Amino acid sequence: MSGEVATEIRTTHILDLAASGKRLDGRGPDEYRTVVVQPGFVETADGSALVRIGDTAVVAGVKLELGKPFPDTPNAGVLTTNAELIPLSSPVFEPGPPQPGAIEVSRVVDRAIRAAEAIDLTRLCVTPGEKTWVCYVDLHVIDHSGNLIDTAMLAGVTALAHANVPAKRFGVAEADYKLDIQHFPVECTFVRLGEAIVVDPTFDEEQAAQGRLTVATDETGRVVAMQKGLVGAFSPDDVREIVRRALVHGDRLRARIKGGAA
Amino acid sequence: MGSVGAKDVPVLLSPEGLRIDGRRLDELRPIRIQAGVLHQADGSAFVEWGMNKVMAAVYGPREVHPRHLQQNNKAVIQCKYNMAAFSVDERKRPGLDRRSQEISKVIAEAFESVVFAEEFPRTSIDVYIEVLQANAGTRCAGLVAASVALADAGIPMADLLPAVAVGKIAGKIALDLRKEEDNFGEADLPMALVPQSGRLVLLQMEGHMTPEELSQSLDLGVQGCRVIYEKMKQALRDRYATARFAPGGQ
Repeated sequence: MSGEVATEIRTTHILDLAASGKRLDGRGPDEYRTVVVQPGFVETADGSALVRIGDTAVVAGVKLELGKPFPDTPNAGVLTTNAELIPLSSPVFEPGPPQPGAIEVSRVVDRAIRAAEAIDLTRLCVTPGEKTWVCYVDLHVIDHSGNLIDTAMLAGVTALAHANVPAKRFGVAEADYKLDIQHFPVECTFVRLGEAIVVDPTFDEEQAAQGRLTVATDETGRVVAMQKGLVGAFSPDDVREIVRRALVHGDRLRARIKGGAA
Repeated sequence: MGSVGAKDVPVLLSPEGLRIDGRRLDELRPIRIQAGVLHQADGSAFVEWGMNKVMAAVYGPREVHPRHLQQNNKAVIQCKYNMAAFSVDERKRPGLDRRSQEISKVIAEAFESVVFAEEFPRTSIDVYIEVLQANAGTRCAGLVAASVALADAGIPMADLLPAVAVGKIAGKIALDLRKEEDNFGEADLPMALVPQSGRLVLLQMEGHMTPEELSQSLDLGVQGCRVIYEKMKQALRDRYATARFAPGGQ
């Protein structure tokens, strides 16, 4: 099949370039593509954002509804994160129930939001044990050109940072109020290309990659989540180096959430 | 983690530095590994690790189902991690949930990193992991069981994959968390090691850690994996010491 041959030729080329510190799109190993953050992209959502990293685009929408708290956490709100890799965004996605790739994106983003305690869930509780806000974060990948996790994470956290609780519409308060997030987690993803480790992989680089590692950090310099993916391996020293680089990039990405804030 | 609104937080670390079950911070729970425990599977293993009981079976290389997943240049490795409804305190709704699907994916990718899949083009190597009793660390126990089952099935691989979770309890880095430590601890970091290369093929993390704590966790986890590696090899040796080689035997 010509598609497979083309992929193999491209992979070989990407690995050859990486060995001399170069990348197909001219970036250095430690350089992100252009990041564009546009909060408030969807007016029907309670919070939203369109985030582009290079040619990858994700729209995040936050919706809040009233519901029941979980029996084991009567004083806490409920947070649900879902990612859709819709067929519109790439020839490799097919319609149907979520595939493992989509599940991984949503769970990795969800984990970082939770572990960083981005939202104080106890503030979402209306009546303990009975009524609470249920916060849905829906991540729609609309253009898949690699590094979905970082793009989806930045879109999700930006949407949350700009979200309003629709208290007036649901008749539980006189006016809506800001959701207010207390921490700002972002993810930074790296892939191994031979012995090189590059940040913010494109779709083609992900195809060529021998292992992927995503590190979520918050604004206090803590690591709050990690996920290794794809076939391949990292030494503990690789991981230490990646964490160091993720902390630097994390601060740059975080500046974009706040920078866009009203 | 997951402790919002929860009550009765247990004391995870005594003043003497001992954990709930009396272990030190760098101690593993007792592990028992048995290879070749099932009759229909091409390879199998049973792991009892602390209060976890995990069974793994390997079928293949065999025909690929569904057919469209077939690859012309190598075997596909398909992994299904499943928790029995009765394996946890509150009955778990049977069937595929998102957590199981994610774990299946990262485990399959870990094995794809070591199995010589190119030796079996157009086939499937199917790995089934069944958690019968769960007490934190089931993905690591499942990986260890599946790795021994793959070796038992005679699948050529670069190495076995020992795995363990490191976590943070009461502000200290601890090896091999049990359930209470996982529920009320501050971080959980499961990993799987390729002992001969010293590289990690599964790595996840959730919680809070400084870069220094993370670095310490990696060293502690690698050390734990090397202990488990020896137990895995011993399980395979025991399997062949006790195998019935008489004609018609098995």
